[in-house]
Amino acid sequence: MKGLILDFVFVFAVGGGLCVIAQLLIDYTKMTPARILVTYVVTGVVLTAIGLYEPLVSLAGCGATTPLTGFGYALARGAESAVRERGLVGALTGGLTGTAGGITAAVTCGFLAALTFRGKPKT
Amino acid sequence: MNLDARTYQMYAKSRSKKSPVFVDCLCAFLAGGVICCIAECFYRVYLHLHIPENNVRILVPVTMIVTAALLTGIGVFDKIAKRAGAGTLVPITGFANAVVSPAIDSRAEGFILGVGARMFVIAGPVIVYGTLASVVWGVIYYFLHKGGIM
Repeated sequence: MKGLILDFVFVFAVGGGLCVIAQLLIDYTKMTPARILVTYVVTGVVLTAIGLYEPLVSLAGCGATTPLTGFGYALARGAESAVRERGLVGALTGGLTGTAGGITAAVTCGFLAALTFRGKPKT
Repeated sequence: MNLDARTYQMYAKSRSKKSPVFVDCLCAFLAGGVICCIAECFYRVYLHLHIPENNVRILVPVTMIVTAALLTGIGVFDKIAKRAGAGTLVPITGFANAVVSPAIDSRAEGFILGVGARMFVIAGPVIVYGTLASVVWGVIYYFLHKGGIM
């Protein structure tokens, strides 16, 4: 039980902490949300490549994989396993294979939501 | 009231609300932390249901995306996001919202150049630069792997 609580403390702290960094960037640098998301994904790939993100994932689980840096982690991990399996071609297929589930879910949800819900009139 | 430009500027500055950075950060921390903990709960429940771990790793973000899409559709997501700021933007929920929200709002422009194109307004750059970074890393990894370093 104590271990479980501690696990969730790490999930909360790392996930929340990654959001605070983005909030500081928004407040102090006026970066747009799109730039923040792009920065986070690329940072996730770089941190995974230099071996810093894997320890964070084993420490914080979904606290590290749910923020967009985790999307970068999935891209980098996908590229690695595809390269191991099929050589250099894997560099072209691995990234999107690793993130296919998330991207496809988002596209499907976007389309279904457009069919189901009414948008707000633009003011 | 008669004010020259400089006095007015000083007056306006003294009255304008200071950006409450600390409060912003606290909200972002709490919202981001809670969202990640919800994801972690799903992760553990799915494992408990004996779903293989490689599928759970895909199912958890998918669950979060579907939830965020529903909340966006019924208009709740925007209300939470207004308070939470980066707390809802940075988790995968923000990515889902960035796809679903313009998709809903641009239906009037048609399904091809409206819904189909606009859903990638923010998700597009994320996918483009993420994919590019993964290609670069894949090529580097190939040589490291071949050289026996990794």
